[in-house]
Amino acid sequence: MSKFQFPESIKSRPVYGTLEARPGKYHLMIADAEGAEAILHLHEQDAGLMAKAHIIYIPKGSNLGERLRAIRPAQYYEGPTYEAAASRIERVLEASHMGTQIYLTGTEGLMGQAMRACMNAGIPHTAIQTEHRGSVARRMQCVHCKGITEDVETDPFECSHCGLNLFVRDHYSRRLAAFQGVCIDAEDPGNVPEKVELYK
Amino acid sequence: MSAAPQRAKAGAEKIEVIVSAVLPLNDLVTRFEFKRKDGNRFPTFSAGAHTVVHMRDGDRQRLNPYSLMSDPADTETYAISVRRDDEGRGGSLFMHNNVKVGDAMEITYPVNLFSLDLRAKKHVFLAGGIGITPFMAMIAQLERSSDPWELHYSVRTEALGTYVDQLVSKYPNKVRIYYDDQSQSINLENLLDGQPLGTNVYVCGPKGMIDWVHKTAAAAGWPDANVHSEEFTAPQPGKEFQVRLCRSEKTITVGENESLLEAMEREGVDAPFLCRGGACGQCETNVVSSDGEFIHRDHWLEPDEHGNKIMPCVSRFIGKSLEIDR
Repeated sequence: MSKFQFPESIKSRPVYGTLEARPGKYHLMIADAEGAEAILHLHEQDAGLMAKAHIIYIPKGSNLGERLRAIRPAQYYEGPTYEAAASRIERVLEASHMGTQIYLTGTEGLMGQAMRACMNAGIPHTAIQTEHRGSVARRMQCVHCKGITEDVETDPFECSHCGLNLFVRDHYSRRLAAFQGVCIDAEDPGNVPEKVELYK
Repeated sequence: MSAAPQRAKAGAEKIEVIVSAVLPLNDLVTRFEFKRKDGNRFPTFSAGAHTVVHMRDGDRQRLNPYSLMSDPADTETYAISVRRDDEGRGGSLFMHNNVKVGDAMEITYPVNLFSLDLRAKKHVFLAGGIGITPFMAMIAQLERSSDPWELHYSVRTEALGTYVDQLVSKYPNKVRIYYDDQSQSINLENLLDGQPLGTNVYVCGPKGMIDWVHKTAAAAGWPDANVHSEEFTAPQPGKEFQVRLCRSEKTITVGENESLLEAMEREGVDAPFLCRGGACGQCETNVVSSDGEFIHRDHWLEPDEHGNKIMPCVSRFIGKSLEIDR
């Protein structure tokens, strides 16, 4: 099962739900990796959605793309990375109208970045549905050099830009679509706790 | 220096004003303009705000909320437009029949329960009758910031189309008028369809119109957060009832033609309020005990709160006994 129950945390930490079919003129579904399973589940709930659906999928090594094609969405796109799909997502949102329903599913990094694009297009974040599936790895911003490190799986970790040892916080920024990483050995350089896999 | 007035008493802080103009606009609607008595400037307000006008009608104090409909950037003058309601409780009649240029009155600082969402990519206004008033201020504000808007305004007849001429001549491409007597009506489904992402819709008018807009927009997949409405409910008359105010240690009688809030004020109880129309939540009061039936008329309480809370500005009670925490 690709679902993970996140422990309760501070208010800033995003909370994800379960995708449900909602009335709308157009349905934009953006997913990565095991997020495909949530879309397949949505199709089981209401197959009629697919006639008005556009699926944007980033497999990230999974082989679920063929099954998404098979549910015959009106439009289907598969891309290697979120960055590769980003300009398409922006273009789709630019041309979209009110009555568009948004469904985001997969990893936190994918949902966060897609949500940011939707919010910039004028959709309130409260109206965007999300469902977490797959990896619990996080997209982290180093609060010191501002560099982003994708798919962080351990706490602490090394900033991929400046190399500082960063503590993984639950403090989240919707604007940056990233969690905050803070230097863990600032006062006692070199005194770095052992890396632990997130949620282990 | 803090701009926020200090709250010494219930309600928003008051401003003493002089009526500077009384302009009848048609058979039902008159515009009233106010200047400050002390000669200073008014605070700027955000479009959609209302003020509560205090009227001294003989021994009776009347307090009615009206949307500020003047340009929010104009701090010399505040203006309201009042529709005469011959069947109402008398506030609008008092304004029409008794208020003259030069009169001294009191109004509250503006309170906004119907503000623009300035993140919106576009604003669509739907007005019914006197519901046009908040949009007059909103249009002035958006024209200044060059934000896109359009107005769909439904009126009964040409003669009763308050501000129609002004709006149509100033903004011919942004305003559409619908005349009831010519069987014209807003084609809402069509209007909502195809609006750009990030459009916000605002409705002010009769209750039926407001419900219709919320329902139609939801069915078309619009998020709740993009649909805004304002409805002031005037307190309705009802059977006289008694209420025990346990904190003030008083038992008072609420007359047929006054609200529970007005009865408390008459008895000198300093009860909180802001909108006096069941919308803002300020006057929410806990019910200590009750034996009877509530008549809830507010837009504030959730159904599961109906047994243990009451909004004294619009709601009433029928039954043996009522005790509230005030």
